Amino acid sequence: MDLNLKVWRQAGPDAPGRFETYAMRGVSEDMSFLELFDVLNEQLEGRGEEPVAFDHDCREGICGSCAMMIGGRAHGPETGTATCQLHLRKLVDGDTIAVEPWRAAGFPIIKDLAVDRAAFDRIVEAGGYITAPTGSARDANEILVPKEAADAAMDAAACIGCGACVAACPNGAAQLFTAAKYSHLSLLPQGQPERYTRVVALVEETERWFGSCTNHGECEKACPKEISIDFIALLNRDYVKAQLKNRALTGQKR
Amino acid sequence: MTHTQEVSTADHRGGADDADRLARYTGPPIPVRRPRHPVLRFWSTAVGKKWVMALSGLALLGFVLAHMVGNLKLYLGESHFNEYAEWLRDLGEPALPRTVLLWGMRLGLIAAFGLHIVAAAQLTRINHKARPVQYQSHRDYVAANFASRTMRWTGVIVALFVLFHLADLTWGNANPDFVPGDPYDNVIASFQRVPVAIIYIVANLALAFHIFHGAWSMFQSLGWNNPRWNAVRRYFAATFAAVIAIGNISMPLLVVTGVVTK
Ligand code: FES
Repeated sequence: MDLNLKVWRQAGPDAPGRFETYAMRGVSEDMSFLELFDVLNEQLEGRGEEPVAFDHDCREGICGSCAMMIGGRAHGPETGTATCQLHLRKLVDGDTIAVEPWRAAGFPIIKDLAVDRAAFDRIVEAGGYITAPTGSARDANEILVPKEAADAAMDAAACIGCGACVAACPNGAAQLFTAAKYSHLSLLPQGQPERYTRVVALVEETERWFGSCTNHGECEKACPKEISIDFIALLNRDYVKAQLKNRALTGQKR
Repeated sequence: MTHTQEVSTADHRGGADDADRLARYTGPPIPVRRPRHPVLRFWSTAVGKKWVMALSGLALLGFVLAHMVGNLKLYLGESHFNEYAEWLRDLGEPALPRTVLLWGMRLGLIAAFGLHIVAAAQLTRINHKARPVQYQSHRDYVAANFASRTMRWTGVIVALFVLFHLADLTWGNANPDFVPGDPYDNVIASFQRVPVAIIYIVANLALAFHIFHGAWSMFQSLGWNNPRWNAVRRYFAATFAAVIAIGNISMPLLVVTGVVTK
């Protein structure tokens, strides 16, 4: 099949950028979108041009590295898939497709399609963990977790931190990411001791980098793991609860 | 729990080699000073402001509904309508002196409007800063609808309309036929002017769109989310918006077309 790619080229963080059009002829429809870029880069290198920089790693939708705004949608038109899982057969033969990097103040462009998502690390450092002694694994069922709770926590833990929620959000908010990080801990017994300290820490850190959630619901549709905005409601609710809880008596900070 | 301030990110730009610097371009977190007082601290976050927007929005929804119900008395005739207007002033008597409760409600309403608008303005600024460079290709929205994406504009239209509405029917400066204490005739005289009727109709359409998103969004911001009720939230918002639109638009429409007269 044939595709025309309009790819955002930008030499460096502060360099000006522009769209460059590449005609891809006779590519296999069984290729993934990243493989299309491999082919493109091979051709560019063959012509002695600079290949397109883009992030990728696992190529099976679990690492969250790949990040492209494809035809105005984060990770392209397919729902519930990352860019690496988008097959060309899902696209229309002969189409012209614009490919852009994520755009957000918290995700500065490094080069071409690669953006720096270290802001997500800052958020996780602020509260996306539990304080627990590490060491050998504990015995199974030592802490009882109902199957339903484990499933709900797993739905949130499916977040691969790709940043599609921020990219898709008209406000550039990272609420879905933060809500996922918050929920997968707070739905489990291990997350309870720091629950209210965590929610405040996460919300405040998130807002240093990203916009505010106005409930467009765009993130939920863009998320390759289809994480629900129900988790955002949980985050909002617990943030207000954290204001009212007597945290001194729950043994939590502040 | 660790504070971000304790996390050393100082070596991100300086000292690191080129690859490292490129990889961690984000740099250290911007130190944000948050106020100490719990109320101000809550307000300092966007989640806090959205909570305030939701609650003030809820209050405004209540007002809009009550205002419409009261004004539909227009169809029962002059004496009913004027009686209702008087009753608003008498409300709370004899426990409270005349008009005190009305003024209390007005002050509450002004506070709700004020908070709603200030929070909206501040959140808009935050969101503009969060994406300084827009997407350069066409965005293909999936979930964000016309109502949710025009909240800013419908909000501004409604706010300007409220000022006009007060000047028209409360203070009277936008209504040459205004007679203090004669609300029924004032309303009819005002709506009989075609441009004014159009202003009312357009503003109420904007209000309906605003409510269509706001009355749903409010539940999310307050964290009122339960799969058992989630579908109802959408119906609630849609129905509320439709009722307000039909009720409020019917009045200028029926007056300007001559169905309802003095
Ligand atoms: S490359 Fe790992 S998720 Fe796409």
